[in-house]
Amino acid sequence: MVQSVNKQISLESASNYFFNGMSLMVGGFGGVGAPPSLVNLILEKGIQDIFLISNDTGFPWIGPGKLITEKRVKKLIASHIGSNPEAGKQMQEGSLEVEFVPQGTLAEKIRAGGMGLGGILVDVGLGTVVEAKKEKIFVDKKEYMIETALTADVSIVYAKKADLYGNLIYDKSARNTNPLVATAGQITIAEVEEIVPVGSLDPEEIITPGVFVDYIIQSKGVDWKWVWELKQDKESQEGQHSK
Amino acid sequence: MGLGTETRQRIARRAALEIKNGMTVNLGIGIPTLVADYISTDLHIMLHTENGILGMGGSPLAGHEDGNLSNAGGYPVTIQPGASYFDSATAFGIIRKGLLDVTILGALEVSERGDIANWIVPGKRVPGMGGAIDLAQKAKKVIILMNHTDKNGNPKIVKNCSLPLTVKEGANMIITEKAVFQCENGKLYLREIMNPYTVEDVIQTTGASIVIDEQVSVFQ
Repeated sequence: MVQSVNKQISLESASNYFFNGMSLMVGGFGGVGAPPSLVNLILEKGIQDIFLISNDTGFPWIGPGKLITEKRVKKLIASHIGSNPEAGKQMQEGSLEVEFVPQGTLAEKIRAGGMGLGGILVDVGLGTVVEAKKEKIFVDKKEYMIETALTADVSIVYAKKADLYGNLIYDKSARNTNPLVATAGQITIAEVEEIVPVGSLDPEEIITPGVFVDYIIQSKGVDWKWVWELKQDKESQEGQHSK
Repeated sequence: MGLGTETRQRIARRAALEIKNGMTVNLGIGIPTLVADYISTDLHIMLHTENGILGMGGSPLAGHEDGNLSNAGGYPVTIQPGASYFDSATAFGIIRKGLLDVTILGALEVSERGDIANWIVPGKRVPGMGGAIDLAQKAKKVIILMNHTDKNGNPKIVKNCSLPLTVKEGANMIITEKAVFQCENGKLYLREIMNPYTVEDVIQTTGASIVIDEQVSVFQ
């Protein structure tokens, strides 16, 4: 009988791969496509001093934003923290070290890390503060900055579907940084809505080949309210008050 | 001072005239988002978002929102026929390669040469640049929508930006509640004024040299 690979583990046992001081890459954009159960697990296990790499810090109660709110992050690389005032507050107080990277450059630095490259050549941000301390190079008489690749001890991503080998399919705009982050972890853990047997995904549809994925866990689903839901709640409450 | 709804809508309505059939367009957050409402439905436009959609549509009906289908601000959207989803590297590849015909952004300051500052007020507001530098540096046409003056009445169109730059000489057009400017060859041309403002109003509340080399029309 042919033995098959099964990368599914329980949510609880995923905590074996998290440790204090780890560098952690989290997929998602504004919290959309961030893995809710894994973020909660990191909180529950009391992991601290995280070096977080993420497109953004979500909102205070959404996505990796929760890690910031609970003061588990000591250093952050992101493109944007505007939707999470807690991140801005900690940065001003000096308890959170933040390095901003233009969004497209950040995506490519992560992609480079995942693809085994040392870095990339980018001209986005020349003539701005982005160029500070960057090594420059001319190619065909055009100036570029050398942006080094990013990898992490652990990458956590969210996917719509996985087979037991870890092949991943994402969902609409919740794909965002996930396929990049999935490739750039020393260990990659995918939180998945639906886990199916090997052979039941169409190879043409797979976005992340399972070879990049070490473990998959069954998602418990999103446990936060989106900003637009809160806005609707507020509006409907206000509507009731005015009646 | 913040702009009233009607004024914001008028700026958006004016900006929408810059969008032509077949264009690929990215709309920023704030007034730029409102532009979508004024793009003629006769035009075939592909709206791009940084979070990985080309062919974004309008807001879904209440109750039909999908938590996994949103714009870059995290708000639910729909898609148009021909839409595609892709990862963030591809989303920014589209920008970096210069495939966006137009991007419409807000700004804190714009200089007469078209330098844009829109992502940081050091020590006060430090949200990060997000995709602003990629967009402002790489889109074929960069249109800035903003208040003509800040909340203290100081000009936002200035000789030199005092805030850290998003991009040097990136703006092609500035639309405020008072006027429409074109930035070209390092100069700022006044093209239109918004009713009821006068050319004198505009000159007085602009901190930069303005060139008037043709008839200034009035936008209603």
